Amino acid sequence: MIHTDVIIVGGGPAGLCAAYSLVKQGVSVTLFERNSKLGGQLVKQTHKFFGSEKQYAKTRGFDIAAKLIKDLEPYSAFLTIEKNATVLGIYPDKVVTVMKNEAYFKYQCKAIIVSTGAMEKVLAFEQNDLPGIYGAGAVQTLMNVYGVYPGQSIVMVGSGNIGLIVSYQLLQAGVEVKAVIEAASSIGGYKVHASKLRRLGVPILTNTTIKKAHGVDFLTGVETIQLDESWKTIPGTEKTIQCDACCISVGLAPMHQLLSMAGVHMKYIPEFGGIVPIASDTHETSYDGLFVAGDVYGIEEASSAIVEGYLSGLYVSNKLGMKSEEINSQIADFHQQLEYLRSGPFGKKTRQGLEKIKEARNVT
Amino acid sequence: MRIKEHPILELIDKEKIHFFYNGEVMYGQVGDSIAAALHASGIKVLSKSIHLERPRGFYCAIGNCSSCHMTVDGIPNVKTCITELLPGMRVEFQSGKGVLR
Repeated sequence: MIHTDVIIVGGGPAGLCAAYSLVKQGVSVTLFERNSKLGGQLVKQTHKFFGSEKQYAKTRGFDIAAKLIKDLEPYSAFLTIEKNATVLGIYPDKVVTVMKNEAYFKYQCKAIIVSTGAMEKVLAFEQNDLPGIYGAGAVQTLMNVYGVYPGQSIVMVGSGNIGLIVSYQLLQAGVEVKAVIEAASSIGGYKVHASKLRRLGVPILTNTTIKKAHGVDFLTGVETIQLDESWKTIPGTEKTIQCDACCISVGLAPMHQLLSMAGVHMKYIPEFGGIVPIASDTHETSYDGLFVAGDVYGIEEASSAIVEGYLSGLYVSNKLGMKSEEINSQIADFHQQLEYLRSGPFGKKTRQGLEKIKEARNVT
Repeated sequence: MRIKEHPILELIDKEKIHFFYNGEVMYGQVGDSIAAALHASGIKVLSKSIHLERPRGFYCAIGNCSSCHMTVDGIPNVKTCITELLPGMRVEFQSGKGVLR
């Protein structure tokens, strides 16, 4: 059994910021990342972020990742980073099991922060498994991490911010974006992203979904169909668009599996994208000493994951008995930042989700 | 195919490394994942579904979806989308659930 103060599962923005809050106070942290690189999905984001300066607005995603990693450097004495290390399970008494390089390790700690992030949702349609159909994250990985074309012409399914931003990134790489299709009657993401695409001549087709994919061993085109106001398909409105790639960008779901396995009280909250823990105001779950941060506690923007991460780290230090005026004022500041990020029309879902969490707390 | 020009990314031609795909020599770049190197060389069908044998491609790129399982250096079910390409690797198309040797 290997002992450490705090274990963090996942080295994306939330996990890195949680680690920062802790190591800064001299708490020893072991951070597990299943990938070979830290930074989570930030490493494939070439666009500049919104929000305020405090959450690195106007900075490109991969630069934010590099900065968050660099911030940790001075505290390396307190931080052990295990890459290519997959956490397999969380057991009673804060025992965590890990697989690294085909070897199995057991850890025990005083507190755990789960920041496993999210995975992409899939969409059901005929032949949705054909090669050439990608998740939006995979398209970003291919282009922005490896410099490889996903295809020459693409149809984007979903007009949320990810769909819009990835479409723009595809254009930047020289891929023809044939259309962005959206099942709802209005565009899901920010207007500024949509306008950029429209100026470049990309049609954004609302009330439209994908009916089937064409091709035998590889995608050759997609068949779209229009939807009426009650989301029913309108026969006779089918259209075929020739393309060699199709990107599915229909939202994310929290990666809840470790929490569910550990027996944490969970609830399906559609506003948060799926199954999330019913955590307290201090991000602590029903498992004493097990905290959450980032998309695993409800899908939001990376900027919120950053702030939530810093906060969870501070809450954990409180839990471990570290209390000071400084910690309190930092908590208050990050709290205010989160409230700011969640204000306005695009924070509505998050606010509703949080209300549901509060209700669920009273029930259990 | 590789992207040659990009307004934001610095795509420096990285060092070439060789590997074998079903016994044939192929080339990728330092830093590639196995699946990315195959994709760049035009190999886009990475596996087949176990029961209906439908083709599977590069789908999630984070090691979640199982579409990219291949046999690498004799080990079956390697997630090629998150496994770094190393010189001389022997990558093989795998049928069914793979065989432990």
